Amino acid sequence: MYVYDEFDRAFLAERVAEFRDQVGRRLSGALSEDEFKPLRLMNGVYLQLHAYMLRIAIPYGTLNSDQLRRMAYVARRYDRGYGHFTTRQNIQFNWIKLDELPEAMAALAEVGVHGIQTSGNCIRNVTTDQWAGATPGEYDDPRIWAEILRQYSTLHPEFTYLPRKFKIAITAAPQDRAAIKVHDVGLRLHRNEAGELGFEVLVGGGLGRTPFVGKLVRPFLPARDLLSYIEAIMRVYNQYGRRDNIYKARIKILVHEIGAEEFSRAVEAEWEAIREGALKMTDEMIAEIRGRFLYPDFAALTDNPPELVEALKDERFVTWHANSVHTHKVPGHAIVTISLKPVGAPPGDATADQMEVVADLADRYGFREIRVGHEQNLCLPNVAQKDLPALWAALDAAGLATPNVNHISDIIACPGLDYCALANARAIPVAQEIAKRFADLDRSRGIGRLHVNISGCINACGHHHVGHIGILGVEKNGQEFYQITLGGRADEKAQLGTLLGPAVSYEQVPDLIEDVVDTYMELRAGPQELFIDTVARLGVEPFKERVYAAH
Amino acid sequence: MAAPQQQKLKVNGPVVVTANRLTDGAVVWRTAAGGWSAELADAAVVTSAEAAIALLAGAQQRDIDAVGAYVAPVLLGADGAVAPGNLRERIRVAGPTFELPH
Amino acid sequence: MPLIENGQIIEDRFVRVTDEDALPEGVPVLIGTDRFLKEAAALKGRQAPVGIIWPNNRPIAEIAPYLDQLSLIALNFPSFRDGRAYSQARLLRERLGWTGPLRAIGNVLRDQFLLMERSGFDQVDAVKAADADAFDEAVHRYTVFYQPATPDERPSLLRQRLGRTVSGVPAGVPK
Repeated sequence: MYVYDEFDRAFLAERVAEFRDQVGRRLSGALSEDEFKPLRLMNGVYLQLHAYMLRIAIPYGTLNSDQLRRMAYVARRYDRGYGHFTTRQNIQFNWIKLDELPEAMAALAEVGVHGIQTSGNCIRNVTTDQWAGATPGEYDDPRIWAEILRQYSTLHPEFTYLPRKFKIAITAAPQDRAAIKVHDVGLRLHRNEAGELGFEVLVGGGLGRTPFVGKLVRPFLPARDLLSYIEAIMRVYNQYGRRDNIYKARIKILVHEIGAEEFSRAVEAEWEAIREGALKMTDEMIAEIRGRFLYPDFAALTDNPPELVEALKDERFVTWHANSVHTHKVPGHAIVTISLKPVGAPPGDATADQMEVVADLADRYGFREIRVGHEQNLCLPNVAQKDLPALWAALDAAGLATPNVNHISDIIACPGLDYCALANARAIPVAQEIAKRFADLDRSRGIGRLHVNISGCINACGHHHVGHIGILGVEKNGQEFYQITLGGRADEKAQLGTLLGPAVSYEQVPDLIEDVVDTYMELRAGPQELFIDTVARLGVEPFKERVYAAH
Repeated sequence: MAAPQQQKLKVNGPVVVTANRLTDGAVVWRTAAGGWSAELADAAVVTSAEAAIALLAGAQQRDIDAVGAYVAPVLLGADGAVAPGNLRERIRVAGPTFELPH
Repeated sequence: MPLIENGQIIEDRFVRVTDEDALPEGVPVLIGTDRFLKEAAALKGRQAPVGIIWPNNRPIAEIAPYLDQLSLIALNFPSFRDGRAYSQARLLRERLGWTGPLRAIGNVLRDQFLLMERSGFDQVDAVKAADADAFDEAVHRYTVFYQPATPDERPSLLRQRLGRTVSGVPAGVPK
């Protein structure tokens, strides 16, 4: 994990003081709501249906146990005892009060946690693979580059009032777990033929009302040129991105309207003027940031220790192990996903008690480190395999060992109309009902990998376009309706789903999803063919015929 | 249920003006006396676009008590009781429609 | 609208003249870009200083041929949420080498003073009088910055290594 120094602590304390002053001026009337709104948003503060919401950044998804405990404290002291992990490595508190926010922020800042740039038209929290630094086959730890971007983008004087929000994601592994192709900028770290480290740069991906997969603007950018190239992109966007229409202000529209080639040409021209300038990073500077990441002092262990072999005689443990435990790059260790999708609960929510359990388990078994992934689950990235049985028992006791990771009940859902001021329809209860239909573990295991994503409006916070099954809530004559898409995916083969047919009512959704799944089970070439591959092979037509015939 | 703040004002039945309290974001309704109440029962109910516009204009004059004021539909019971007029407003009154984590 | 330069409230020497009105003799004037470009040749002969209001939707590079003629450049914030002029300011300072006064006009508010100063503005035309009084506090709220910007800032980790220059002055020199 990254260790904040005096510099970072001073900055955070000053940021809290500034926000305290801004809240004071708002409460006194010196600032109007129009003037205050962008300021609060850039500190992660929204006004939702029932209360203010505070969104806290978890930069590159990495937390230490003290930070998670502090989040539990904030949940209990200033909120209603729980928090919601989002698809962008953030956590949200739903019931916070404006006049208590500066206090809550000060409490978080003490452990290096903040809501800076988790909203607003600025460069948002830079996200990456939740398995970074632990998974085999990475070209480098992407968090180092995310941290460099975090520093660069924090309170950037030129890029704090962009046309619209700006999201950057980085992956460094062959499998993309950071959804880089649906970000404003997606960075894929790799090595060129000469063995040099660099980025493939994609620009203009995104979901929302006009979804696009990002377009390649540069196949290889030397890593040390990252900041100057990003600055060139930002400068082109800041000057030429549309500001006349909020729905056309994202960089994806600029790239779409002028074309990726023309956009790339403009960026390259700007970059030529600055690439050898002040933003060029030296090896020494990169090494200094790299040096602030502390890695566990792994013991020399071997795979499949006796404790694990013994535990694998227990069928429940076997199920969890097969589902939630992943290969680590260091022998004798494992990556563990903690499902925040117990059947029937709001996806991605964790209570303060659960946060504390996870923090304690991270202390005991995971070198104090916790990760958050865009699938709204937690992760202990560094666990000795011999500790897996004890870890599982403790997670199970806390309701955190549901072995449904990547199953149909591991649903990504936005807060929807139950919380969100922008939503048109509910998302969480839809997820809960679908999860209940597939609560039988044998059934969901038999279905295999299947991602369901639900958004309560066209803004697509639930990433429905890239769900294997995507569900979008819309409003028709005051009633909730839902459009279903099939075949979307967020990984290295990212693509947008195809509309299945007419929208159906709230009550019809779970049945329809069951019909889609039953159709897949009948049509698949064999148990090895995943849902997404069957849809790719057959298209949506056979699903459409079956599903709408039944309704 | 598109965000009501963005809707054009159409009044085809009883409506109220609602907003969120500045200090804590709590849901409040505009009263006939020109204040705000956390109880829907205290809300001023109007039935014409002109009256709704006037009520809204009054509500928007000061933005340090409540923010984001808009016109929302309500249902009137036979006994005169006021109930929220759509799902969004029902959720604002009663909270999320599922059991909260605890 | 108090005008602040380097932290001090100053008198505005420049008279804003609309496109229709005649230019007063002997006084510094601040005029729009269309008029300036139309009359640029004639304005060369003018004795009193000329300032220009450059719109935020016109590439700032187009101002380059005229810099010698100008005594003030004003960049516009039609709304404080419209941040195009920050890029224009940086390009003026860092690319085009403008060292004269650079003024922020429009919806100029206290909570953006710091960003303006760090982007290269040395004059801000504040909308609210109370904001002008708070200028010093607003621009000294932070003792540390992550990016290199103006030369006299306390260096950050990145900045120590990067040392961007402003107005040709090497930055990143630790105090």
